[in-house]
Amino acid sequence: MADPLLQISKLDAYYNDFQALYQLDMSLGEGEVLAIIGSNGAGKTTLMRSISGLISNNSSQMRYRGNPIGALRADQVAALGIALVPEGRQLFPSLSVEENLLIGGRLGRKGPWSLRTVFNLFPILKERRTLPSTSLSGGQQQMVAIGRALMSNPDLILFDEISLGLAPVIIKSIYDALPNIVGEGISAMIVEQDISKAISVSNRVYCLQEGRISLEGASKSISREEISHAYFGIT
Amino acid sequence: MDWVNVIVQGTLLGGLYALFAAGLSLIFGVMRLVNIAHGDLIIFAAYLGLTVVMTTGLHPILALVFVIPAMALIGYALQVGILNHTLGDDLLPPLLVTFGLSVIIQNSLLEIYTADPQKMDAGVLETASFSLGDLQLGVLPVLTFGIAVVVIASLQWLFYRTALGRAFRAVSDDQDIAQLMGLNRRHIFGLAMALALAVTAIAGILLGIRTSFDPSVGGGRLIFGFEAVIIGGLGNLWGTLAGGVILGVAQTIGAKIDPGWQILAGHVAFLLVLAIRPQGLFPRISG
Repeated sequence: MADPLLQISKLDAYYNDFQALYQLDMSLGEGEVLAIIGSNGAGKTTLMRSISGLISNNSSQMRYRGNPIGALRADQVAALGIALVPEGRQLFPSLSVEENLLIGGRLGRKGPWSLRTVFNLFPILKERRTLPSTSLSGGQQQMVAIGRALMSNPDLILFDEISLGLAPVIIKSIYDALPNIVGEGISAMIVEQDISKAISVSNRVYCLQEGRISLEGASKSISREEISHAYFGIT
Repeated sequence: MDWVNVIVQGTLLGGLYALFAAGLSLIFGVMRLVNIAHGDLIIFAAYLGLTVVMTTGLHPILALVFVIPAMALIGYALQVGILNHTLGDDLLPPLLVTFGLSVIIQNSLLEIYTADPQKMDAGVLETASFSLGDLQLGVLPVLTFGIAVVVIASLQWLFYRTALGRAFRAVSDDQDIAQLMGLNRRHIFGLAMALALAVTAIAGILLGIRTSFDPSVGGGRLIFGFEAVIIGGLGNLWGTLAGGVILGVAQTIGAKIDPGWQILAGHVAFLLVLAIRPQGLFPRISG
């Protein structure tokens, strides 16, 4: 990887007054899918919020295509082509399904994703397009949240706990759709508590523990024992 | 017949109150900002109109061509320059800052225009009337009500049918997530205030044609606006129009019984709604 898409160096990030990440180094190559695993409180969501600009950091701690983005506002980061599917879906309750998708596409970046292609990916949303987003089931809401992020035609998409609180059959259908998404050539970072799911869809995996990286490696070659060691910190 | 007349006149008056209230409702709806200076901004717009009329000799209604964009620009600058810095989890700072703004506007107007009551001369429009059956309707009140309906319908269309309206609703729902969609909330808030003050410009000019005004009367317009918003229910623009009409009708009924009761009757109607249905008659926002 000569020129990573995203380079995080010595990132110290805070969740309110509490330091959640310590001197974190991480890189993501073009077209790569990273899995970020770790227990609750390991700093995964803080990492997502830092990358997307919801938490402001020192400018040079984060570089995207070589440019410092650490201090940019979330809307400026979004305009660069980084989209976040936030934990807990966080749809706009006063917007319909279709409006939620349209607002995701308001940046007008060019690419394969449009209302039509999102509806092809998740046909159920087409039927429900005029309903308030709050009237959908959890799984359908998650589809809207993913569709909303895709509508901006991002080069890097961040998924924060997309399987949280969903039924296994729904999780499966959402993960079945993932290859169609990352197959379009976009890079992805997947934060997930379901380790086997995360490993199965990613190229590389980082394990976070108490704000530091406890394990990093290719998803194929990493062993269960290494993960549980890194995950729980058992020696 | 007398009473029908009273109710019709009150309804038409309600159009003006709805115009006072629409900007207030919009600002609260988008950014949860209670603008104490709203009444003074209405009066400021009236003085702005007066200056345009005096310097150009234009008819007050035509002065809107200048006053609307001027107020919109002031609104954007005010929001981005000052009010955005006060917004956060705490409701108190914006309340205090807009209260201070109210004092500043009143005193600046006093300094520039003195305390003498002023009025805009709209010529024949002020007294023109026509008959509808047994009713005599003034052209100005009917025009005011018509403008109020058009303004409310336009705002409604903008909110629910356009990309800007989607952005307003999204930012109102969740500012962080809206930022993720590439919406700069400071800019969106600026646009919302610009829109609100554009409506305020219309309200100010129509007020200035209808009655005389001086720098101290803003507070009263703020109260009428608030009452119309609360009666109608927060976040519902058509409800705001209904609230204005109820307030207007209550005032004219009060005045019919005893001219001294006009304002009181409006407040009583407001308190009754607040006591019986505190969420307003047609609420859209809960909590």
